[in-house]
Amino acid sequence: MAEIEINNLYKSYGDVKALDNVCLSVEKNGFCGLIGPDGAGKTTLMRVITSLLVPDSGEISIGGLDPIKEYKKLRLKLGYMPGKFSLYQDLSVEENLRFFAGVFGTSIKENYHLIKNIYSHIEPFKNRRAGKLSGGMKQKLALSCALIHKPEILILDEPTTGVDAVSRREFWEMLGEIRNYGITILVSTPYMEEAVLCDQVSLLFDGKVVESGTPKQIVERFSSTIFAVKTVNIPASLKVLRNMEDAKSVNSFGQNIHVVFNDGNHSVEQITNYLIKNNITDAKVSIINAGIEDCFIDYIIRQNKN
Amino acid sequence: MYRENIIEVENLVKKFGDFTANDNLCFEVKKSEIFGFLGANGAGKTTAIKILCGLLFPTSGKVMVAGYDVYKKRHEIRKNIGYMSQGFSLYEDLTVKENIEFYAGIYGLKRSEIKTRFEDLVQKLGIDELKNKFVRDLPLGWKQKIAFSVAIFHKPQIVFLDEPTSGVDPITRRQFWDLIYEAVESGITVFVTTHYLDEAEYCDRVCIMAEGRIDAIGTPDELKARFQSKNMDEVFVKIARGK
Repeated sequence: MAEIEINNLYKSYGDVKALDNVCLSVEKNGFCGLIGPDGAGKTTLMRVITSLLVPDSGEISIGGLDPIKEYKKLRLKLGYMPGKFSLYQDLSVEENLRFFAGVFGTSIKENYHLIKNIYSHIEPFKNRRAGKLSGGMKQKLALSCALIHKPEILILDEPTTGVDAVSRREFWEMLGEIRNYGITILVSTPYMEEAVLCDQVSLLFDGKVVESGTPKQIVERFSSTIFAVKTVNIPASLKVLRNMEDAKSVNSFGQNIHVVFNDGNHSVEQITNYLIKNNITDAKVSIINAGIEDCFIDYIIRQNKN
Repeated sequence: MYRENIIEVENLVKKFGDFTANDNLCFEVKKSEIFGFLGANGAGKTTAIKILCGLLFPTSGKVMVAGYDVYKKRHEIRKNIGYMSQGFSLYEDLTVKENIEFYAGIYGLKRSEIKTRFEDLVQKLGIDELKNKFVRDLPLGWKQKIAFSVAIFHKPQIVFLDEPTSGVDPITRRQFWDLIYEAVESGITVFVTTHYLDEAEYCDRVCIMAEGRIDAIGTPDELKARFQSKNMDEVFVKIARGK
């Protein structure tokens, strides 16, 4: 059985279906990303996995254990970094770390090798209260505390939300290093581009798993042609392209606009000519491969139509 | 094309005790421009925005917003700006309509004016079914779009948006930018912060802050050329790692 094995999981809050028939399977030492916007169900799923919430129905096995009946055993195996900073603000950096090691019956010394690369950044401030740390330092401390008991499975709820692009990259590099210790990682994020950093991803939207697989498999399933239009005048070009007959979706992606049509009878030349006719003369049109965000957008558009 | 400056900042310094949050900032924002304000967490962005909104006094330097001096004319500045913060935007236990009436009332709009503008807004956003719902019952995407509409309801000269698209789905994120473009077309200047670097490409000019200072400022194309990068993501990484 996989390290994380979930079948047909349901959880509702009143009328809201937070998890709607969710299936997920992550092998031992796997690195799985849950990708989705706020409200997709990522946190609810992680709370069920970490035994903090009881689902309405479904099968679930984490590290071979049942989170409902065997939660005490399971919690020893888990490291959990919640989305909201949840350490003791009025304990120092080192006191927090010592506390978490102590709760799990271990010491900082015993597992120091696991956190060395992360903790060394904040060790110079080990006597500072956790509440006085900067955002990036808090994040490193929270990760150190989640790792100090050498968990078999590490669950991270949106560790990079609201974090700048550079710190985000550094954080993902740290996760890659943690993986070398054989730990299974499940991490959620609203940033679509982070999907490619995982071995497998599940896209979540409105409580449902929309797509799952390796990032490569997901983008390869995207069957329509995507035309990328590069232009300096994005707002005007968006308007013009949205008026094009048969356009299914027209969305900006940084300096490009991605255009997908309902049928296949379109070409680079045709789009270029159409743009020129509408006074957009600088546009360079090309055909590109889909990214995860294209797949996500495509799913939402299909949902909205039904 | 010559356009007047709507924000002028010269040698802005803001200190909190020994800590210098804003270290000699100089920049200007043109009318009807989309001005992207980027930087790592703790770089000093929020401090600068608070000063521009008249919520904090600078330690020194000259700051003019919408033609008013931040030291002397804070009330005038507040009348002429809109602000959408990342944390709080709308009252959860008021309906959409009540929220708008409340904000519009604070800005001294007449009842008849509020009514007309509200009807226009309902039509534009297609929120006839949502207008009498409590904000707490709305999906995040709608909350953000409505919060933006509230921030510009009194037709300010400038609107400040602090991470307006954080966590919203990819479609809503783009619909939000459509609203920004529309606001700009109506003459509003947009001052926006974001951690999505694709959004930096949608700005007319971008300012990147690090450790309280401005490290780079220019159009996305200028910055990409200067830092020999193919996109803004690379520019950002080069600037941050150059330290």
